[in-house]
Amino acid sequence: MKYLDEFRDPKLAGRLVDRIRRAASRTWVIMEVCGGQTHGLLRHGIDEALAGAVELIHGPGCPVCVTPIESIDFACELAKRPGTIVASFGDMLRVPGSNGSLNRSHQEGGDARIVYSPLDAVELAIRNPDRDVVFFAVGFETTMPATALAVLQAADRKLQNFSILSAHVRVLPAMRGILSDPGNRVQAFLAAGHVCTITGYREYGELAARFGVPIVVTGFEPVDLLEGILECVTQLETGRHCVTNRYERSVRAEGNREAREIVDRVYEVADRPWRGLGIVPGGGFVLRRAYEQFDARWRFGSVATELPVLGDVRCRSGEVLSGRIRPTECAEFGEGCTPDSPLGAPMVSSEGACAAYFRYSRFPGQIACPVLSGQE
Amino acid sequence: MCLGVPGKVVSWINREPLFATADVEFGTIRRACSMACVPEVEIGDFVIVHAGIAISRIDEEAARRTLADLASLDERPEEGFEAGT
Repeated sequence: MKYLDEFRDPKLAGRLVDRIRRAASRTWVIMEVCGGQTHGLLRHGIDEALAGAVELIHGPGCPVCVTPIESIDFACELAKRPGTIVASFGDMLRVPGSNGSLNRSHQEGGDARIVYSPLDAVELAIRNPDRDVVFFAVGFETTMPATALAVLQAADRKLQNFSILSAHVRVLPAMRGILSDPGNRVQAFLAAGHVCTITGYREYGELAARFGVPIVVTGFEPVDLLEGILECVTQLETGRHCVTNRYERSVRAEGNREAREIVDRVYEVADRPWRGLGIVPGGGFVLRRAYEQFDARWRFGSVATELPVLGDVRCRSGEVLSGRIRPTECAEFGEGCTPDSPLGAPMVSSEGACAAYFRYSRFPGQIACPVLSGQE
Repeated sequence: MCLGVPGKVVSWINREPLFATADVEFGTIRRACSMACVPEVEIGDFVIVHAGIAISRIDEEAARRTLADLASLDERPEEGFEAGT
């Protein structure tokens, strides 16, 4: 397919690998923020191809993974409530809360459904006028225009039975939190290309200057990822720390103005707890007052207060999400915790680091991934 | 979650700003996608679609430039370790 195949060319990827290896005088520590990029790096064996030149630390960029357990429990309670349908992206239905997942709520007589788009949830509300439809909205800035648009469309159609449970998160405050940690090892960032498609990258300038880290806006295909890593290594080797855009076909400096305007109309920035990072100042979004009737927390406020928060003490997702341990350092990895029977979100989500390590066979002491074969 | 897929805009379904929708072709698959965030798009353009909405119009010139730069990778001056910088 156009704009995919060219950026998956194994020969070009191989030349970029050689170039990076020649450029690196030592092992540089680079964090990819986005979970989609984590999967791309592992799927194509880039982490192994660059071993010794670059150590890739996986960032907290899996919105499903950082969603607090309290929100999942709340969604499960709503799904079990008579007359209510909870709709969300597929991964979100499988993530375990204190007492099972949305899928389990569905099996036990509730109603939880997968949708591809928040706009599909609006259609669901139109088709089911006698039911309350709650869209469990997870995602970074990339996904927010879609949910904001769903709210605006629902408002325009004067829907009384549509609301969203917002678990949206912002990337930049999390990056700041990681850099501010006294134990931080990250020397450069691959910034998430689709987040920056919406937000632009001007805001990153202050972060790069203050912490002296290169921040390179990077796409998702192997050639894109290697281009981003080469730019990081080149800057690190020459003592520079700039914000550079290596995903120019999608990202403009100012981002997508229309999308930002749509988001601004509906949401405002708020502090938010992230699993693994604690309360992140300015780390999330809540609905503006003018749209509170579309806020599930406002509509179903009485449901939220009754739930005890338990959590699974065996899951070390917090340490994985903040880059403190690799998934394989967890004693439960691949034994007590697998994608079929997950203890925590990073083993469930298609962007979770634990799921990536499991899927691409990064078991301790084993190398099983074809290096840059270009195969899916 | 932030998965975005490139596709080609083939026909308009709705042109009201808030409900703007077009059919987008992804290889052999076709799907209606919101165009509310990319008002500049025209039929034949490529867009990146995430969660049912187009989040950017692909800048074809920028894509060509990136690929041309990469094609001449071996002629680029090397910076870093072996270049002695």
